[in-house]
Amino acid sequence: MKSFAPVAIAIVVLASLQVLTSGSQYFVYLSLLVGVNVVLAVSLNVINGMTGQFSIGHAGFMAVGAFSSALMSQTLNEYRLGFLPEAVEHQLFFVISLVVGGVLAGGFGFLVGLPSLRLRGDYLAIVTLGFGEIILVVVRNTPTLGGALGLSGTPQHTSFFMVWFTVFIVVLFARRLLASPHGRNLVAIREDEVAAEAMGVDTTSYKVRSFVVSSFFAGVAGGLFSHFQSIITPGDSFSFVKSMEIVVMIVAGGLGSTTGAVVAAVVLTLLPEAMRALFITIGGDNASLAQSIDQLRKPIFGVLLVVMMLTRPQGLFGTHEIWDLLKRKKGAAS
Amino acid sequence: MAEPRRLGERAPCEPLLDVNGLEVSYGAIKALKGISLSVGKGEAVALIGANGAGKTSTLRAVSGMIKPGSGVITLRGESVGGLKSHEMVPRGLAHAPEGRGVFPNLTVQENLDLGAYLRRDKDGIAADLKKVFGFFPRLEERRLQMAGTLSGGEQQMLAISRALMSRPTLLLLDEPSLGLAPQVTQVIFRILRDINAQGTSVLLVEQNAHLALSLAQWAYVLETGEVAMEGTGQALLASEDIRKAYLGE
Ligand SMILES: Nc1ncnc2c1ncn2[C@@H]1O[C@H](COP(=O)(O)OP(=O)(O)OP(=O)(O)O)[C@@H](O)[C@H]1O
Ligand SMILES: [Mg+2]
Repeated sequence: MKSFAPVAIAIVVLASLQVLTSGSQYFVYLSLLVGVNVVLAVSLNVINGMTGQFSIGHAGFMAVGAFSSALMSQTLNEYRLGFLPEAVEHQLFFVISLVVGGVLAGGFGFLVGLPSLRLRGDYLAIVTLGFGEIILVVVRNTPTLGGALGLSGTPQHTSFFMVWFTVFIVVLFARRLLASPHGRNLVAIREDEVAAEAMGVDTTSYKVRSFVVSSFFAGVAGGLFSHFQSIITPGDSFSFVKSMEIVVMIVAGGLGSTTGAVVAAVVLTLLPEAMRALFITIGGDNASLAQSIDQLRKPIFGVLLVVMMLTRPQGLFGTHEIWDLLKRKKGAAS
Repeated sequence: MAEPRRLGERAPCEPLLDVNGLEVSYGAIKALKGISLSVGKGEAVALIGANGAGKTSTLRAVSGMIKPGSGVITLRGESVGGLKSHEMVPRGLAHAPEGRGVFPNLTVQENLDLGAYLRRDKDGIAADLKKVFGFFPRLEERRLQMAGTLSGGEQQMLAISRALMSRPTLLLLDEPSLGLAPQVTQVIFRILRDINAQGTSVLLVEQNAHLALSLAQWAYVLETGEVAMEGTGQALLASEDIRKAYLGE
């Protein structure tokens, strides 16, 4: 009951925003990209930030969700229930596909989480990395998933509302988790695994659980992604590069901080786009100049990250949330 | 295996923890070669021995942090060998591991909350919090400070307090005096004596044999994975061999 009011408010706000923004295709497209990245970052933060394990294969779970839910959706799309309006039916099928993608990704999270019981740090990182690459190899060699050419023809069901409602759910989930005894156990494992164990925390089970929930949300994010791309290929959108992008987001936001992950995901997704817009303006009509300046984007991006890590190694917010910092500022001022 | 030498008479008391023929190996290394020991209800028992004798391994096997190769462990008559830590804590066992192991980036208060995390009795928790703050007033002054910024002695106080917050019947302590100034060690041992006097059984591993033997009613001397000698704290303190080997006299 306690969670009903915020959910209702979120639904109303997001629905109105959806109507208001529907005029600008570019804005909507950007907001979908940003939202998917926020879901990925907040969910990865459960493993890397809260539990202190190190996964660099998050894009692999996203791929599981993306391909399985796309396939599910395409299959369901051939059926009609009949008693519901078509639009409602589509959304129902969409939600089912998202959940299927999430659950399957969660299942893989369970399998990948198991080695985390025995492996630490770098070794676990290598397992997650390997998993991400194996998934792509499997997709490339599976004709039903489109093989190397990719999967197209997925119904374009993803809307502003669906993406940002998922963002709302995952953020709410992360917040509640951290405040709960379960969240405290995860933090205890991050802080000192031996002491956590001595305290009676079932460290093995909690490490696996954090992998499962995190992968579930990554799978849902993948499902959202595949339903607004005309084609998904087993390439860059799900590769190691994508995984690192998400790791960078949560490190920049401050490992362990949910709001930090949100802010960093938004900024780091929009920054390259903003730079592109800026450089096109600078280049003006001279297309080749605009293009050559555009190539500076990646190095500039890299330099910004290096500067940030040198000046603020704990990330934007450290392990704190945005309101902790605001509160402290206020306290210092008064 | 030779029977360990026995010095002095053990005061009879109700059995709480019984360890029989405990063996622990790390790969090819056999760290414990069949250890037998017991702790009675309300008793304080010390485990002394040189570096690498297997003291920490014994505690870790008892609290379920490592799986014993063989041997029987019973707690209040129930066989608990092979159970994991999270199954031992609800059975009334608390382990303050070697090297303190406080959660450095959590506050003192949060550390203590974690100690009580399996308990649901709010009033009991509040009472125990008051009790440990009574033992260690310094912790109360610093309850919002990050545990990692406490001094070594304060961290040890916190580690003991956190273990007490689960309201254990048996408290396992691994070298509470590690790296502490003699005065701080004195304070901690005085409080351990109080804790024991109030009914908590204690199994104490300690390098400082003098302190350990003066606190404990019964003690075991470990040598390379075996119990070499056992006896009352007083008798061992008086023993020539012990004085030479462990008290540096
Ligand atoms: N994780 C491990 N892997 C391999 N060997 C280990 C491990 N832990 C302990 N040992 C070995 O087991 C033996 C007993 O170690 P243990 O830590 O129980 O000794 P201890 O009596 O607590 O010593 P100290 O007084 O130095 O703390 C040692 O020889 C040690 O090297
Ligand atoms: Mg030791």
